[in-house]
Amino acid sequence: MEKFVLKYFNLIRTIIAILIGLVISVCLIYLVSKDPGFSLKQFLLGPFLSRGRFSNMIESLSPILFCGLAIAVAFQARQFNVGAEGSLFLGAAVGTAFAVSTRMPIFLHIPLVLLVAGVVGAAWNYIPGLLKARWNASELVSSLMMNYVAYFLGLYLINFHFRDKAAGYLVSLQLPQTAWLQQFIPDTRMHWGIVLSLVFAVLVWFFLYHSTTGYEVRMTGYNEKFARFGGIRVSRIVILSQVILGLIAGIGGMTEVMGIHHRFNWQISPGYGWDGVIVAIIGRNHPLLIVAASLFLAYMRVGGQVLTLMSDVPAEMVTVIQSVIILLITAEAFLSRWRYGITVREAARKVAAR
Amino acid sequence: METILEARNILMIYEDGVVANRDVSLSVEANTIHAVVGENGAGKSTLMKILFGIRQPQQGEIVYKGRKVQIRSPHEAIRLGIGMVHQHLMLAPDLTVAENMVLGVEPRSARLFLDTRKALAITERVSREFGMDVPADRKIKDLPIGVRQRVEILKALYRNAELLILDEPTAVLTPQEAEGLFKTLLDLKAHGKTIIFISHKLKEVKRIADRVTVMRDARVITTREAEGISEHEIAYLMVGREISFERIPAPRAVGNPLLTVRGLSLVNDENVRVLSNVSFDVRAGEILGLAGVEGNGQTELVRILTGLLPASAGHVSIRGTPVTGLSPRAIRETGTAHIPEDRMEDGAAAEASLQENIIIDRYYKKDFSRRMRLLWRSIAQHSLELVSRFNILALSPRAAVSSLSGGNIQKVVVARELSSNPEVVIASQPTRGIDVGSEEMVHNLLREARDNGKAVFLTSADLDEILKLSNRILVIYNGELVAHFREVANISAKDLGPYMLGVQREEAVSGEVRP
Amino acid sequence: MNPLLKSILSTEFGFAILRVMTPLLFPALGVAISALAGATNIALEGIMIVSACAGVLVSAFTHSLVLSLFAGLAAGIALAALLGYFHLKLRADIFLAAIALNLFAAGISIVFLFLFTGDKGSTSSLKSQLFPAVDIPLLQNVPVLGPIFSGHNILTYASIVSVFLYWLITFKTPLGLRIRAVGQNPDAAQSVGINVNRTRMYALLLSGFFGSLGGLYLCMGYVSWFARDISAGRGFIAIAAATLGGNLPLGTFLSSLLFGAVNALANYLAPLKVPSEFIQMTPYLATAVALAIYAAQAMRKRRRKVREGAPEGTP
Repeated sequence: MEKFVLKYFNLIRTIIAILIGLVISVCLIYLVSKDPGFSLKQFLLGPFLSRGRFSNMIESLSPILFCGLAIAVAFQARQFNVGAEGSLFLGAAVGTAFAVSTRMPIFLHIPLVLLVAGVVGAAWNYIPGLLKARWNASELVSSLMMNYVAYFLGLYLINFHFRDKAAGYLVSLQLPQTAWLQQFIPDTRMHWGIVLSLVFAVLVWFFLYHSTTGYEVRMTGYNEKFARFGGIRVSRIVILSQVILGLIAGIGGMTEVMGIHHRFNWQISPGYGWDGVIVAIIGRNHPLLIVAASLFLAYMRVGGQVLTLMSDVPAEMVTVIQSVIILLITAEAFLSRWRYGITVREAARKVAAR
Repeated sequence: METILEARNILMIYEDGVVANRDVSLSVEANTIHAVVGENGAGKSTLMKILFGIRQPQQGEIVYKGRKVQIRSPHEAIRLGIGMVHQHLMLAPDLTVAENMVLGVEPRSARLFLDTRKALAITERVSREFGMDVPADRKIKDLPIGVRQRVEILKALYRNAELLILDEPTAVLTPQEAEGLFKTLLDLKAHGKTIIFISHKLKEVKRIADRVTVMRDARVITTREAEGISEHEIAYLMVGREISFERIPAPRAVGNPLLTVRGLSLVNDENVRVLSNVSFDVRAGEILGLAGVEGNGQTELVRILTGLLPASAGHVSIRGTPVTGLSPRAIRETGTAHIPEDRMEDGAAAEASLQENIIIDRYYKKDFSRRMRLLWRSIAQHSLELVSRFNILALSPRAAVSSLSGGNIQKVVVARELSSNPEVVIASQPTRGIDVGSEEMVHNLLREARDNGKAVFLTSADLDEILKLSNRILVIYNGELVAHFREVANISAKDLGPYMLGVQREEAVSGEVRP
Repeated sequence: MNPLLKSILSTEFGFAILRVMTPLLFPALGVAISALAGATNIALEGIMIVSACAGVLVSAFTHSLVLSLFAGLAAGIALAALLGYFHLKLRADIFLAAIALNLFAAGISIVFLFLFTGDKGSTSSLKSQLFPAVDIPLLQNVPVLGPIFSGHNILTYASIVSVFLYWLITFKTPLGLRIRAVGQNPDAAQSVGINVNRTRMYALLLSGFFGSLGGLYLCMGYVSWFARDISAGRGFIAIAAATLGGNLPLGTFLSSLLFGAVNALANYLAPLKVPSEFIQMTPYLATAVALAIYAAQAMRKRRRKVREGAPEGTP
């Protein structure tokens, strides 16, 4: 039994952190709500209780998953780039501009629009990558700054050049129908973009664990000196991992515009980039675990929304719980004494067996 | 003369089972300069760590100024009056000299504030008192390393150190600065201080030490008056031991030089000359050993050869191809393998799996990847082959390398490097920190490579290893080649010692081979 | 004269710069002191949020400015202490832990908001107080300088005093010396008996102190209510300001002033052809550029030290 724990220790630790988070959520609900039993039910089961809610959950999966995958690629190379938000925003803005200004059949339009968004996102994150590779400048600060610049640039582009003047509020022109991602289940908003995000999860998994470049990314993240020693061009990987982040985030942003809103209507930055950081941490940078983490995050978000609608508990409680979970996961020393005890006992057992 | 410090019967075993000090006794007289010499791993650094409270011995006692004491931390050592100047200086670079001086014992005004003026005054007072000039208001990062070391010494003196321990103090100094240091130490002795210093540079030892303690293999061999013992004698005591192995005669079929080095020099960030005009050849079918105490330039030399560090001057060719300044991968592709000196830093990624570690130099080649896709089945098979061929004890090729013992990790590194079919093998400290069985296997593998016509360049601080394996031996000291032994059948550690320790040198040594 | 130039050179603009600078300067000082200790606090955003929330709620229920001040400080410092605990004791990566705490702060403040007001958006239903504005007696009558420097909220003056306080602590106290030492070479500090973790914790608590004042200003000086996202990323801009200023007192002050000026300028440029977005992005762009230049310089300096040929010391 203890051997099992040791092998999957990190996974078990994550699950325990999540369980503690859920326990805290239960406590908080009891504290805050006048009808805790009802609130709890709405929170935990809400997303499954109606078709609309369930589809909300699946819809929100897409942008979170895209950003989580994007961040994971950079984090696997040990690059602390948080620029998914900027790439997502600017990529979607430029993609929208392109979509609105061009006419072509759907089988060309969709992939090209996505490509434009992805390329813009990729190019945007080239800058923090270059600064890090060339001059060892903090990619955390530079990507953070670039997020803001991207936000303002994107806003400018949409509000000044692609604004729908007929609409009553600040929003872009609507995308031509050839640039829409259609629903794959009618009467819901579940669009093909969601499927695309899952496809990307598989692609990123394949990239990281089955391609030569992905191998280079991971080895650089494990031990940069070892990577250099073995012949890997580390500066190239530093840049490439961040560029790929931008690519995936850009596509993710555009997918959301093409699938849900059909126009660029973000006046405030949607925050999916930060969600990506959260699920990348919870999923320990592994694409398939990130899918689970994104689903979990989406589930909790929708649960929170149901909670806030149907009961007297604010949705922000979900944020509180997420943060507690992340804190526990990142605390390396959390449960480390347990693991140390097991390791020692295992070693003793091995010695005794000889 | 009274004894200021006595260490009695110290026994120190590290967590991994290595015995660092075995029944070590040291007696230091007050107001003397006492040198402790020994090869790498002899136990002298450990002894100093014990004296300064960084480590605690399992057995033994320390008597300071006649009283038995327990030194459980550097704080306690400082309180007793023991100060230490580490090899890596403990100074904050962006603070001034005065600020570093008073760190931790800051003079205060009005109880809340730092009295900068007093700090400056203190610095000037201490520096005047001991005759060591330091610019009290300059930042450490703007000062040359010799001055920085002076600050470090003054720091200890300010904290009322009466006994100063210096760990290889001249390792980072230019010859000029070393002279300055000697003058300082002699002045301090005149001031009534006692000094213990670790060194392997015997000329220095003879110059300023009053007494010398020689350590070897975790024991103290002897303690003598410095006047009454010659450098040669010290050297012999340091390295001499019965060599109990048979030397297998090397085959005579030696070919052309495969690795050619000419005029290699390196000046580092601190303007210290790390390598001076190093030239040598390594031929097919031979093992060229480079003997030397660690820290004399071998590390840098190997890093230049393998593309990890640029040289300041000189050039390197491998199999006729100039490789100076090429990338590590380009150098590997000339058919060169590198067993690195620090396996956990360069040679392996601890959290990656065994097979991921094994393929670092070949993952892009056509056996293991097709059009950027890794062929894991071939990789796994390859790993299993290597595991069995090299007798690596691991749960599975997917197990993380950190779960293996040191010896097995080294086997992974060696397995990878030697299985890449290199023509040139550069091996640095290939058996450091591994068990005897693994060590023997690595040695056999190196010999086998040589017998198969490869050129092997071996650097090691382990003289036994050099003597066991090499066909020719070069000795390096202070970044220069100081001896070249073309025939090694009858030489022993005693012959190499004096050169390694700077006691003796040949002029204009080059390891080149005339055709 | 060009109307734009006229408005920029007006005293109103000068006044606006100082006003807008206040909620940037406080968190910037917080980032700076933590960075000096080698434990860069990027959770100032969250610290400002919790301190603002606490201040407003206590003020609404006790009508005491003093109590609100303490409440705000307590909340902000507590969050900083949490960061210290998770990073220093439980060995969490400081960036990841800070990200989590920012999230936590955003959530918990709304939860408390709801608990006390039944509102999930803002506290406008509550009657909360404002810290007073102060007219400086003699100064207020001085032409030009008077309108610019007099009449600010007391917390704005506090922010300027804080720069001085920051300088004082960092360069004139033993704690400041230790904080700087720990940030530059923790081994060296440890070797003279300094407890590295404890010193870093003190730095984090100080950063919580400064950050809290910023949060209090946001909701009790700027406006008198707390709402979701009241901080609008100022905690992150503060990172830029501190970095640009080299984490030093004067530098941080000047870069915060710069950011304040640029933000204030945005309002004035609206009638002009230049879109406000370009104005607003300037500080961030400037920081990215400054970061690049700074890093390139550092690298060039390191390379220059390695010389070819004979150095000093060879015969």
